Amino acid sequence: MRGELHYDAVVIGAGTAGLVAGARLAEAGARVCVLAKGVGSTHLAPGTIDVLGHAPERVSSPGGALEEFAAAHPDHPYAALGAEIVNDSLQWFLERVADGPLAGYRYVGSLERNHVLPTAIGALRPSALVPETMAAGDAQSGSDRVCVVGSRSLRDFHPALCAANLSHAGIAARAVDIEIEVDRADENALGLARRFDDPDWRKGFAARLALKLQADERVGLPAVLGARDPHGVLADLERRLGRRVFEIPTLPPSVPGMRLFEILRSALRRAGGRLVLGAEVVGHDRSGSRVSAVATHAGGRDVHYAAPWFVLAAGGFASGAIELDSSWATHERVLGLPLRGVPDQTEPRFVAEYLAEQPMSRVGVAVDAELRAEGVENVLVAGAALPGAVSWREGSGEGIALASGSHAANLVLAQAGARTGAAA
Amino acid sequence: MTAGGNVSAGMTGIDELLRGSLDHCVKCTICETQCPVSNVTPLFPGPKYAGPQAERYRVGGEPSVEWSVDYCSGCGICSMSCPQGVKIAEINAQARHKLKREHGIPLRDRLITRPTWLGRAGTPVAPLANFTLGFKPLRVLGEKTLGVHRNGPAPKFAGRRFSRWARGHSGPGTGRRIVYFHGCGTEYYEPWEGQKIVEILEHNGFRVEVPKQDCCGLPLQSSGLFDDARKVVLRLARALAPHVRDDPDTIIVGNATSCTLMLKREAREILGIEGDPDLKLVSERTYDICELLLELHDRGELKTDFRPVDEHIAYHAPCQQQGHYIGKPALELFALIPGLEVSEMNARCCGIAGTYGLKAEKYDIAMAVGADLFAQVEASGAGEVACDSETCRWQITHATGHKSAHPIDYLHRAYGL
Repeated sequence: MRGELHYDAVVIGAGTAGLVAGARLAEAGARVCVLAKGVGSTHLAPGTIDVLGHAPERVSSPGGALEEFAAAHPDHPYAALGAEIVNDSLQWFLERVADGPLAGYRYVGSLERNHVLPTAIGALRPSALVPETMAAGDAQSGSDRVCVVGSRSLRDFHPALCAANLSHAGIAARAVDIEIEVDRADENALGLARRFDDPDWRKGFAARLALKLQADERVGLPAVLGARDPHGVLADLERRLGRRVFEIPTLPPSVPGMRLFEILRSALRRAGGRLVLGAEVVGHDRSGSRVSAVATHAGGRDVHYAAPWFVLAAGGFASGAIELDSSWATHERVLGLPLRGVPDQTEPRFVAEYLAEQPMSRVGVAVDAELRAEGVENVLVAGAALPGAVSWREGSGEGIALASGSHAANLVLAQAGARTGAAA
Repeated sequence: MTAGGNVSAGMTGIDELLRGSLDHCVKCTICETQCPVSNVTPLFPGPKYAGPQAERYRVGGEPSVEWSVDYCSGCGICSMSCPQGVKIAEINAQARHKLKREHGIPLRDRLITRPTWLGRAGTPVAPLANFTLGFKPLRVLGEKTLGVHRNGPAPKFAGRRFSRWARGHSGPGTGRRIVYFHGCGTEYYEPWEGQKIVEILEHNGFRVEVPKQDCCGLPLQSSGLFDDARKVVLRLARALAPHVRDDPDTIIVGNATSCTLMLKREAREILGIEGDPDLKLVSERTYDICELLLELHDRGELKTDFRPVDEHIAYHAPCQQQGHYIGKPALELFALIPGLEVSEMNARCCGIAGTYGLKAEKYDIAMAVGADLFAQVEASGAGEVACDSETCRWQITHATGHKSAHPIDYLHRAYGL
């Protein structure tokens, strides 16, 4: 026994890109296994689907701006993917949300127009698809003032800061504190979301909050409106308070991000795809220009996952899949693939201004025009492992993840189909 | 020095493993969202707090700085979920061990962590022992004197031992050799599970050897009794290793996922045993039964002459099974059985965590941890609940009233053996 399992495709990484690639492969009938070191980026991000927010000015229509943006950035993933793949992946995603495990919960929006949503500190952030629970926060929607509600139990959310910055941006806002009794020094967003899932608790909360509200105000709460039934929680609060209610993304952990993970995980599982957590890829078999298997530690020995196709969606610097070591050398740590965008030895690696575009920020796995890893014919790259994007500045992370995950799946299916056809 | 400063000389590997991984913690809080215990009780503030954060203040030889780790159930979900590879559960197990050494081990923890003693004492007098364990006034007394919760799901002694059946069983005498590690649960409480596994393996052309064997030490480890646990697991390694040493193709297979995990990984990563050749050999060769059957199927070597099993079952993958980092092979096997409808439970933990939920001060926490699973079982409309770990099955049945069996039960039925 070698400890080897065979699949049609193996996906490395369980963030948005990996789960999308895995789910779409499985839905098309491929035997697919998603391997991940741990839970991915979803739990840390706001849970919105940002396609293109800044180019570098704020983008009002991501669909309209995409083509020009891609033309201006020929090394950007969008240049390889194109608007059609982006749009198709968004439609696929909307359908999975609708059929997903969170009854009634849906995302709203399209490529036509970005929402402009407040962040936890009251900055404004453009996003294409947003959870219904965030939609009423859109700065472009209505003239009603905003009441930002917080609680000292959630220490990383400061309603006064959020409201002050919103006011500064021209949106009339004020802050309200509500006492939420918790059984510990403080509570994280998930702990509060569990309380909001409880109808009795919610009723009491709404009654206390109602006393503090003024006419013509919509209510902005930290994104804790239920882990299980956000649709029901939102509807109930809006009915009880008689006004629009919306979520403002929190610092991690992100409850909307956890919902997103559940939606994508469920799509993968329902289609019969496997998900193996705790399975860090620690080695691989390669012959010539092909990877034949990857290995993970599983107790006292390794398990090998063999496949004709691999999708690398393990992330970039943030996840540790790409590293800059102490001798200033960069590595792709999963499969040892060559990188693109690494500054020359003589160039600076960093610039002094923290929030400026850093020279390292476009580093990613070197890929060809089809997003295949250079020099390896059966490894496709998706998500934050791709080079050429500065997703946090562009507001493009989820758009790239959805589209490149979908693209990788489609390419595998097309190639596998071509091969089967040739054999027949 | 190592985490907690209590690992003996010669165990430097674990130092690197645990403390080294600590530096990778970026405080992302993902483990806090996954921890089944901290999400239901403030007594355990969470894996990040008790692990990577508190660990910075733990100095070898100095007193423990933080007591809440005693409420960590050791399920290991934090380590599995960590995207940066921090060995959170292992760090917390070390800290718990240190705490126990400083403050003394209750008699209860010395008793309920010895399945072999209990099994040997209870088996010959099973009716009496089972009556005692089911007799409320005595259980109340046990709670007051020992701290074993009166409602904790105590298993029933089968009154016969699996190893006795195995000795009297005449197998095919030919076929590929395989070594069966049955564990204490099968030996004393559910010998029929072992019989079914032997029959399934023989049906697939194996010749099954059942060496004389003992406890793996996991209950001792999870209660922080590391010195005893090391002795016990090494004794088991000595018993198993000779059966696989001379033949590189022979493997060890077990159905108790927590005990096989002890052999595969935890003896090294929690107890810090490095460099023992017997343990290393056993660790490399040990398979979980479903892991083995799935691999056989992948190789085209698993018989699939399954008859329909027209049932709707729920499947819960226990934490210690998930700790093998092999996904959920039982689900792939179920998919081979015609007629079997399976609802995959998406809850984290049943709460029992071996002996955690038996302890008087932790019983309510364990039931609260499992509430999510129990509700999902009810909502699924399934009849029985398949689950790989015996203590989890007992907890599920205790809490829901649903019968619970090891996944191999359904394969056995489908084979018509």
